[in-house]
Amino acid sequence: MRPVRGHTGYWAFLVHRVSGVALALFLPAHFWFLGSALQGEAALDGHLAWTRQPLVIAGEWLLVVFLAAHLAGGLRVLVLELMPWRNWQKTLATLGAAFALVAGLMFALAR
Amino acid sequence: MSLTREVRFWVAQRATAVILAVCVVVHLATIIYAVRGGLGAAEILARTRGSIAWGTFYTVFVLAAAVHGSIGLRTIAAEWLGWRGDTAELATTVVGVVLTLLGLRAVAAVVGAP
Amino acid sequence: MDVKVWRGGAEGRFETFDVPRQPSQTVLDVVTHIQRHLDPTLSYRFACRVGMCGSCAMTVNGTPRWTCRTHVDRVAADGRLEIGPLANMPVVKDLVADMSEFFDKWGRAKGQFKPSATRADDFAKIDPASPARREAEAGIECIGCGVCYAACDVVSWNRSYLGPAALNRAWTLVNDARDSGQGERLLAVAGDAGCHSCHTQMSCTEHCPKRLSPTRAIAGLKRATWRLALAEGEE
Repeated sequence: MRPVRGHTGYWAFLVHRVSGVALALFLPAHFWFLGSALQGEAALDGHLAWTRQPLVIAGEWLLVVFLAAHLAGGLRVLVLELMPWRNWQKTLATLGAAFALVAGLMFALAR
Repeated sequence: MSLTREVRFWVAQRATAVILAVCVVVHLATIIYAVRGGLGAAEILARTRGSIAWGTFYTVFVLAAAVHGSIGLRTIAAEWLGWRGDTAELATTVVGVVLTLLGLRAVAAVVGAP
Repeated sequence: MDVKVWRGGAEGRFETFDVPRQPSQTVLDVVTHIQRHLDPTLSYRFACRVGMCGSCAMTVNGTPRWTCRTHVDRVAADGRLEIGPLANMPVVKDLVADMSEFFDKWGRAKGQFKPSATRADDFAKIDPASPARREAEAGIECIGCGVCYAACDVVSWNRSYLGPAALNRAWTLVNDARDSGQGERLLAVAGDAGCHSCHTQMSCTEHCPKRLSPTRAIAGLKRATWRLALAEGEE
């Protein structure tokens, strides 16, 4: 048997929660950033230039993965709560992780 | 905290989750598409300026995210920080309102005329 | 083999004992050896010793388990064994946990059957193949050992949370066509103290020695109680 904190469902929960907090903290900054378009195209472009630093690019990649992971975790919860129970639903967490990584990969490659 | 209110929070979280699931899939696809060849303001704004479709989409997205995010943070504050009661409820509302205002401002910024 | 055992109450420490390693040895064997040969003041619970009663549940290397069904070879491969009382419950002494609140929550979840018929009535006709009865059967083998409750993070984060065992039992009764207490039971299992606090981490399902799934039961309760959101006013 695995330790209390080591099983799939526990990781699914933790990733879902941590990614949610990260996204919630990111959102105001994201909105503020986009709001700079109120000053016109040049203002937004100025801010976008800032995002081309390597650390920011890495951070953006992480946020995309977090977004995909949070979506996957959320879908897992919805399936477990709303649909009639099937034991294979425990693998949903693994599928979710796979989806998040694929999304991250596509994002990284698209750049 | 009344029972009805607690169940309503739970329902609201799931309902906004379904809405956000759709919005996030669209958003992820848009991000991956838009990021090819670099991200430029002109390209972004050309897509969103004057677009009722994008305006509606992002407004729904913002409202759902504000509700979903504030309720989620409320639960985490209660469980991990032990923050419950009236001040916590007030903080939840404040977070929701701030996200809504900032979000709608962002929507106006990218959809409205310069 | 060095065995660390919790001594004391909420305040205490781990005491180390040197216990001979045997083939086919269970953790309960280890605890029994300590109490009989090394330190008679060690307090612990057990009854059947054959995996039927659940009394010997303790925390073994961080995991809640039935010690009579836990082979030392399985959990102490590197020769280290740490034994403590079940988590999420006040410690009475050493390896004995106070299960009062665990069972109080069972009652608060309306986990008792409320009859609707009298002895003058005919037998209730329940089809064992009906979906409701099968849903109930999936959860009725619970013997209240407390392992799921000890494994649940939400129980440790939310003092009022009724916990997986109580909610699982309530679900079996929700599916019992003979029970007459459904209205008050659904109210009892909803809300912050009830099913709506479960985050489907599934630690309960992962650790239940009888392979029950309280997560499944709690999901059922969520579906059964969402309409309370439509209730008029505040409860």
